[in-house]
Amino acid sequence: MGAIEQVEKAQLASRPAMKSGDTVRVHVKVREGDKERIQVFEGVVIGQHRGGTRASFTVRKVSFGQGVERIFPLHSPIIQKVEITRSAKVRRAKLYYLRELKGKAARMKDATRAEAKS
Amino acid sequence: MVTGIIGRKVGMTQVFDADGTIHPATVIKAGPCVVVQAKSAQADGYEAVQLGLVEEAPAKVGKPLAGHYKKAGVPPTRVRREVKVAPGGDALKAGDQVLVNIFANGDRVDVIGTGRGKGFQGVVKRHHFGGGAATHGSMFHRAPGSIGASSFPSRVIKGMRAGGRMGGATTTVHNLKVLRVDADNHLLVVEGGIPGAPSGYLMVRKAIKAKRIKVAQVEKPKKGKK
Repeated sequence: MGAIEQVEKAQLASRPAMKSGDTVRVHVKVREGDKERIQVFEGVVIGQHRGGTRASFTVRKVSFGQGVERIFPLHSPIIQKVEITRSAKVRRAKLYYLRELKGKAARMKDATRAEAKS
Repeated sequence: MVTGIIGRKVGMTQVFDADGTIHPATVIKAGPCVVVQAKSAQADGYEAVQLGLVEEAPAKVGKPLAGHYKKAGVPPTRVRREVKVAPGGDALKAGDQVLVNIFANGDRVDVIGTGRGKGFQGVVKRHHFGGGAATHGSMFHRAPGSIGASSFPSRVIKGMRAGGRMGGATTTVHNLKVLRVDADNHLLVVEGGIPGAPSGYLMVRKAIKAKRIKVAQVEKPKKGKK
């Protein structure tokens, strides 16, 4: 094991195996003053960036007709958990084309994956 | 107490805070080092130790240097550096080990290394000259421009900035924060970048101009807003 992996190992959080096209619920810790609560960001994973602790993933959702994208560091301690609620069959790793589509056109075919229910 | 250690740059990564803040971090393989020579105020006029960085294969050295290492009773090393010894702690003698545990989390350190060579560079990159306009027929792009007057003084004043070799010089970065110390694997993680390419030799010492370390203050809840 390289020295960088050794340093990163302690920080890696356990996250489910996500794929582009998955609909996920990201439970984010939000601090307000001295109180902390959990906020859920639900949307479609449109891309992932790998690489140890530097890994990140992009979640897109349409909120009141306005597209919102959020890039999360995969192993960030502010993410309490990530739930995969649905998986779609997609043919690309980066689903940036979804930005141009809306409504019915932005639907995706459900993938029949056994582990999708986790 | 010894104030520094020799190491090699491994590469960069990032480290999370408890609140999710990401810090850029450089991993250094620091040590293990051996004391090759202990200098004392009586014999040498100042307190210091000469350290050698222990690597996988012992270095090949000429006879005079081999004798120097033999005197200390340690195998020859490729790199030696002298480190000041601060008052206090046990006096070190030749053959003693110096490990990364001389540093602790949150300490401030200086990292000294050789920066990456950039080759022969023009004045725009090397001295941050502005250069001219690219278009509109300016005909003056990245040249240095005037370098002085004419018949008087009939020469270029010494120290005029010009193109030339850039980089590859010894560079010190002051007051880097120690994020992690892994004594088992001889690893040191500091915040931010350090000079040189991965596998370059470095000197890490306790910061000589240490700043007060900022401690995160608890945010006060805002009044009147719910």
